[in-house]
Amino acid sequence: MNGTVNGNLNMIGYGLAAIGPGVGIGLIFAAYINGVARQPEARNVLQTIAILGFALAEALAIIGIGLAFALK
Amino acid sequence: MSYSLLAADGSGFTSPGPGDFEYPPLFGAGTFFTKPMLIIVLASLAVALFFYLAARRAVVVPGKLQFLGESVYGFVRNGIALDTMGRQGLKYAPYLTTLFAFIVTLNLSGIIPLLQFPATSRMAIPAFLAVISWVIFNSIGIKRHGFVGYFKAMMFPPGIPKLVYLILAPIEFASTIIIRPVTLAFRLTFNMFAGHLVLLLFILGGEYLVFHKGGIVGIGAGSVSLLGSIVLTFFEGFVQILQAYVFVLLTALYIGGALADEH
Repeated sequence: MNGTVNGNLNMIGYGLAAIGPGVGIGLIFAAYINGVARQPEARNVLQTIAILGFALAEALAIIGIGLAFALK
Repeated sequence: MSYSLLAADGSGFTSPGPGDFEYPPLFGAGTFFTKPMLIIVLASLAVALFFYLAARRAVVVPGKLQFLGESVYGFVRNGIALDTMGRQGLKYAPYLTTLFAFIVTLNLSGIIPLLQFPATSRMAIPAFLAVISWVIFNSIGIKRHGFVGYFKAMMFPPGIPKLVYLILAPIEFASTIIIRPVTLAFRLTFNMFAGHLVLLLFILGGEYLVFHKGGIVGIGAGSVSLLGSIVLTFFEGFVQILQAYVFVLLTALYIGGALADEH
């Protein structure tokens, strides 16, 4: 069996690059859930901060997919 | 034996790629008006009409449309402008609301039948919006602190050992002047790009499996894929609204940062 796999290696790179932001976003929302569970009245304040952290961590994954398509 | 999925076994399924984001001109070759441009024009008209109709004949007890308009404005004003900037942010609530409504409309055009293309997945549109936000927050900062004062407050925050400034000042400068607008545009573009690509893959792939591949495996897997595409469409709608919120939230935070006095 001599199999051939077609496709772009960039996508494997993007998959690896998405691990970091994935873990990061998980940690951010875990902390957010923890915070709301301990102090439900802080929900509104925490929500803004959590989404901000999510956006900043996600930027890395987004740059990754951008470069995966841009670089040949 | 080939391990490649569908593209290479000669049966003709080409997986969607960046080429699916290039639209030919609507009115034949030689003209420049494409589908994304049509969506922008429609979205601008829709947003303008919505707020005009909602604000026209405003009464104390609002009707349905006025209530909807006020909810959108109230959400951005209280949830974004007031929360991030305090009372001085109220001045910027109209800009933020317009930005939010415009981006939401452009994003949601990705799941509206017949349009079905998020215009913000073309780089030019988020880039232009990011440039507008960049000009606004920098000019607000310069107006507030003066040209030298603004860059001093940005690059040399007080209370840090002198030697650290060697590293900190260039990083802060690059972060504020270059990275902020670039990530603002990239985040929106590639969220919409990736979302649209996933939807295309599920729907076109499902269609191919059911109608062209056939057989128990083809129809079974294709049905799962098509059903999944419905779920993903709703998820996409959620992401589209969230990303518009994130864009506006970050713009508000940047304006707030430019307004902030030294501590």
